[in-house]
Amino acid sequence: MRESTGGFRAWYGTGLRHLVLMVACFAVTGWIVLRLVGEPRAERMLLWFVGAAVVHDLLLFPVYATADAALRRLLGVDAHPGSGARVSALNHIRLPALAGGLLFLVYLPGILGQGGSTYLAATGQHRQPYLSRWLAITAALFLVSAVWYAIRISRRPCRSP
Amino acid sequence: MYGLALLVSLPLVIVTGLLDYAAYGPQFGQALPSDVGWLRLPPFDWPTRPAWLFRLTQGLHVTLGIVLVPVVLAKLWSVTPKLFDWPPARSLAQVLERLSLLLLVGGILFQIATGLLNIQYAYLFGFDFYTAHYFGAWVFTAAFVVHVVLKLPRLVSALRSRSPRGELRAARAATRAEPADPDGLVAARPGPATETRRGALALVGGLSLLLGALTVGQSLDPLRRTALLLPRGRAPGGGPNGFPVNRAAAAAGVGEADTGRQWRLALRGGQRTATLDRDQLLSLPQHTAELPIACVEGWSTRQTWTGVRLRDLAALAGVPAPVSATVRSLERAGLFNQAVLASHQILDPDALLALRVNGADLSLDHGYPARVIVPALPGVHCTKWVNSIEFRARNA
Repeated sequence: MRESTGGFRAWYGTGLRHLVLMVACFAVTGWIVLRLVGEPRAERMLLWFVGAAVVHDLLLFPVYATADAALRRLLGVDAHPGSGARVSALNHIRLPALAGGLLFLVYLPGILGQGGSTYLAATGQHRQPYLSRWLAITAALFLVSAVWYAIRISRRPCRSP
Repeated sequence: MYGLALLVSLPLVIVTGLLDYAAYGPQFGQALPSDVGWLRLPPFDWPTRPAWLFRLTQGLHVTLGIVLVPVVLAKLWSVTPKLFDWPPARSLAQVLERLSLLLLVGGILFQIATGLLNIQYAYLFGFDFYTAHYFGAWVFTAAFVVHVVLKLPRLVSALRSRSPRGELRAARAATRAEPADPDGLVAARPGPATETRRGALALVGGLSLLLGALTVGQSLDPLRRTALLLPRGRAPGGGPNGFPVNRAAAAAGVGEADTGRQWRLALRGGQRTATLDRDQLLSLPQHTAELPIACVEGWSTRQTWTGVRLRDLAALAGVPAPVSATVRSLERAGLFNQAVLASHQILDPDALLALRVNGADLSLDHGYPARVIVPALPGVHCTKWVNSIEFRARNA
């Protein structure tokens, strides 16, 4: 008995419970796929499903990881590891940039004024693009972050070299 | 930590989504998508009490869904390097697990993207939202349950391995990467810490709060204008009818020609048909109720409605104990130009055919000459521009 489970482990890579869980997961998905095959524009749904993961993993993630690496290099953060002596501007740029980027992603249709006709039909109002509001909020976040940075610098006790 | 936050909160988003589906009355074939097989909650009658029930479930579903976006992104940020593991597969088990992770990650991002586009009326995806969001939720849920069963022991041991309080107190200079873990999630050659763990959690929590602050106004009347970047942060004008509209009369193709003095309400019950004009409706006993109206797109408002009780109209039609009623609108096309109400939704003392709101006649956009308002009923089933109501008796 032990030998046969050992054989299964060697062949599959881990225990039987793992395989049962995987089969259950794919059974639900398979059932849904069969149900949706006849649906109009089913191929677009598949495209968006896989595309969502691909856009995040192969576009969004590399873009913000690269941007962050560039920012760190620019500020010379990695050159002074753990040097608590200086107040780094890094997080004071990261924070408002992340917040502004996140707001843009989440509220994108409003900011770019997408879907004007469905908006009018649904709300009875004409769409006002929120681009200026988003710019104002993002600018305010950068400003608050900059003021906070200035306060941190000015509060640092002067130390002779 | 992000995993724990999602483990607690995502089930709430899933359950409130399924409850919203149940609120549409799948037993009458009017929840969308209509044919979902066994992928649904057990059938039950959506109650009329508490009156704010649907306001709560849909508000939680949409608001919590938005608030969790930064947590999902942070979780993905912490695990995405695993995606580029080499070699990509060491065993059959690993290949299957990576496929299930595609369903997990694709699923949550698909749900977030379709949901966000839907509540902002930008149907860029070009497929049916209800079908995609409903079945997408089940693909995600299956992958989520499997992921939790497999990884829960890891989550518990990771949280127990070090003192959370100590980690949260550690200064940046003292912040070190975790010891290598069996799943290989910890970076092999981590760079110097640029932020404390406390700071990273505060950042994600702060971003969630920011999204929450810019979203919650869609559901709370006094804060409406704080939803600066969302459609329902704007109230259309002032006055008694100055609250958000769900479908404009112009879009529904309903105009003065249909709703003027020649408008009549047809009440049917079995073989009988009673016809009433608006003055006759106004001469019937009027009832006033303060009730919320909520849309599954994540916004709601509470208003004071006045009109005739639906149960009085049922009695007038000769069906004092109806099992159901079909309300039809003047709107000719459109997904929601009719709705079936269950017995308890007709008989509730606050279930009205409303003629007035906040002391004034309904505006055309809010359903003039008459609209349905029922406690805890989804907004689109509170039919506007009512043309006829057909009450069914038990054995009809």
